[in-house]
Amino acid sequence: MTDSTQKSKDTHILSMLVANKPGVLVRVALVFARRGFNIDSLVVSASINPKYSRMTITAKGDLATLDQIIKNLNKLVDVLHASEHDPTHSIDHELALIKVKATPASKTAVVKHSKKYHAKIVDVTDNALIIAQSGVTEELDEFENLMRKYGVIEMVRSGKLLMAQGKEAT
Amino acid sequence: MTTPEKPKTEAPKEPKKMNGAEALIRCLENFGVEYIFGLSGGAAIPIFDALVGSKIKLILVRHEQGGTHMADGYARATGKPGVALVTSGPGATNTVTGIMTSHMDSVPIIVLTGQTITAMLGKDAFQEADIFGVTMPVVKHSYLVKKTNDIPRVIKEAWHICQTGRPGPVLVDLPKDITSAPFTGDTLDPEMDIPGYKVPGKPSKKDLIKFANAFKGSKKPLLLIGHGAVISHAGKAVKRLAEKLHAPVTNTLLGKGAFAETHPLSLGMLGMHGTAYANKAVINCDLICSIGSRWDDRINGNNAEFCVNAKKLHIEVDPAEINKIVKPDAYIIGSAREVVEELIDYVEPLDTKEWIEELAYYRKQWPLKYSHDKGLTAQYVIHECYKVTQGKAIVTTDVGQHQMWAAQFYLTDYCDNWITSGGAGTMGFGFPAAIGAQFGRPKDLVVAIVGDGGFQMTLYELATVFVNKLPVKVLIIDNKYLGMVRQWQELFFDNRLSGVDLEGNPNFVKLAESYGIKGFHIHKVEHCHDVMTEAMNYPGPAVIWAEVIKEDNVFPMIPAGKSAYHMIIEPPPQTQKLEKPTGST
Ligand SMILES: Cc1ncc(C[n+]2csc(CCOP(=O)(O)OP(=O)(O)O)c2C)c(N)n1
Ligand SMILES: [Mg+2]
Repeated sequence: MTDSTQKSKDTHILSMLVANKPGVLVRVALVFARRGFNIDSLVVSASINPKYSRMTITAKGDLATLDQIIKNLNKLVDVLHASEHDPTHSIDHELALIKVKATPASKTAVVKHSKKYHAKIVDVTDNALIIAQSGVTEELDEFENLMRKYGVIEMVRSGKLLMAQGKEAT
Repeated sequence: MTTPEKPKTEAPKEPKKMNGAEALIRCLENFGVEYIFGLSGGAAIPIFDALVGSKIKLILVRHEQGGTHMADGYARATGKPGVALVTSGPGATNTVTGIMTSHMDSVPIIVLTGQTITAMLGKDAFQEADIFGVTMPVVKHSYLVKKTNDIPRVIKEAWHICQTGRPGPVLVDLPKDITSAPFTGDTLDPEMDIPGYKVPGKPSKKDLIKFANAFKGSKKPLLLIGHGAVISHAGKAVKRLAEKLHAPVTNTLLGKGAFAETHPLSLGMLGMHGTAYANKAVINCDLICSIGSRWDDRINGNNAEFCVNAKKLHIEVDPAEINKIVKPDAYIIGSAREVVEELIDYVEPLDTKEWIEELAYYRKQWPLKYSHDKGLTAQYVIHECYKVTQGKAIVTTDVGQHQMWAAQFYLTDYCDNWITSGGAGTMGFGFPAAIGAQFGRPKDLVVAIVGDGGFQMTLYELATVFVNKLPVKVLIIDNKYLGMVRQWQELFFDNRLSGVDLEGNPNFVKLAESYGIKGFHIHKVEHCHDVMTEAMNYPGPAVIWAEVIKEDNVFPMIPAGKSAYHMIIEPPPQTQKLEKPTGST
């Protein structure tokens, strides 16, 4: 195994259906924190049933610990199910807002790049642009790197949203 | 306060209006709760008020830790959930050690905590502690109740969750306004709403056959019995399985009782202070099957060297235990009893004649032993206690050397007769746990074997014993030291004793007497038997103060983090320097 495949193998996306109750997020976070697993991103949102919420968590760590984490998440009374998703059978999507410095000289280039990446300029002020971009994480990474050249002032990313393809439930 | 009027007869009754606290107590009554171990305070007064005139007997404890351990001891002795009730803030935080103790050993308890009113939550109200948050890592589940009408559902869920699957503690935090407000729901027996809660079902025939096949061909099998076998009352089934397979059996500290330790196939306890022959069996077996044990580090020591050449099988109720420590060659999910009962039909007897002879040799070579050379030993005192009570007492222990000696010399033949803090190793557990056990099993003899150190952590419950006239026997093994720590300092830290001398111990007989409890004193080998006999036959509560030799060590010993290959069977020569242990603790 090469280093880079090792690295991507170490990143895992878990999706969960949980009871929509106070404290659930803490219980879930504790399962990770106790085992020294760092959460890279976490999205909590409504599901189609208001009684339950969705959580999508991206985290890095070794497979044995991940296995323990998934089992312990499933053990939580408030978790209906938790599972890791195989990227080849699921769709993932992420949203980013990037505030980039805009000088008269750089503006045109930034706008051009944004177009190419299907990103939208959602706010324009004298010296900065806010760009919204949605897509797969790798595209967002690329665009972010590109923008660094022009000066990224702030950035917010949603973290991955994930859904299993076809009939399979997420 | 007004005195309650006598109920007037005949008036056509509307159902009596209840408040939340009364609804709570009715629900617990309906589940058959006999006792609540509690200590009150502002936020919990409405609940204590609802206990006036209830069928449930409130046991006033002297400290919330004691109350929580009593609930735990009650649960372990009866198999029914134990219930503790405390106030908010410090009352609630005093239960944390008890909750953690139950959690580590999978014991069903329900802890009810009073809480400040909902309007003040998060505002640093007087005696507000976020106990829901504090206890999250040590509960099976917990609730912060925000609506009075939710109380019956929450209690029903708590009752169900704490004792099904792998049991564990459930905390219910009850704000004062919620328990005080009128209950307007239409039933005390609502539907539960826990779609995320999973309890393993019965194993399939296919899985059982596959698992049974894994035993085939083994010449040196070993059954490892853990707490899961005790909790699920798998005793009879385990006996039939072991006898059908002709397989020797060893038990963990918490597995004591699920397979009679006096049975010829029993090797007794294994692990750090297990018998030499049980640990030799671990080294030499070709198959080990855990029945409700989670391969704790006090058993495995060093996992890389644990049963390397043996096939490992695992019967487990909690899927999260599979692959956690040991990667089994085969496993099956389900309660130990249900699995073993079904498994018996699918396994075939094994040819273990030579194996059993080999083990008999180890047993003869390295029996557990003690001598009277230096004076009265803890081992002898405990062994006398075993003989005098004919091994029939419910024994609870505290934590330390005396606990290990009790495990070695008080053989246990029955499920639910051995109660000890295994996973947590909580000093102060033994005595209150004995009180809980005695409440649950009033006809049985209950003996708490405790150390001089640990007993002093919860001895204030002597008042609870006295008030309730509980015939509990407290056997204090007084070596004037935090003995187990002293042992480690002697063996691994060049005998540099640091913080282990318990100078200042009281005269425990006088202490007992000042609580109105009969005290006995044992300090000589010669009169040990007679005093023990008198004490154990004494009809009321008794404290037996056994002053034993101060410096003695528990052997065999496998240093923490080492495998059974490194077992020290006999005391090493004074000159031998031992490495500092590297295990988990
Ligand atoms: C609450 C708590 N504090 C500290 C310890 C660490 N500890 C384990 S055994 C032990 C010594 C116990 O002394 P004692 O109760 O006198 O029993 P002995 O070992 O002498 O039989 C200590 C301090 C513990 N297990 N629990
Ligand atoms: Mg001591």
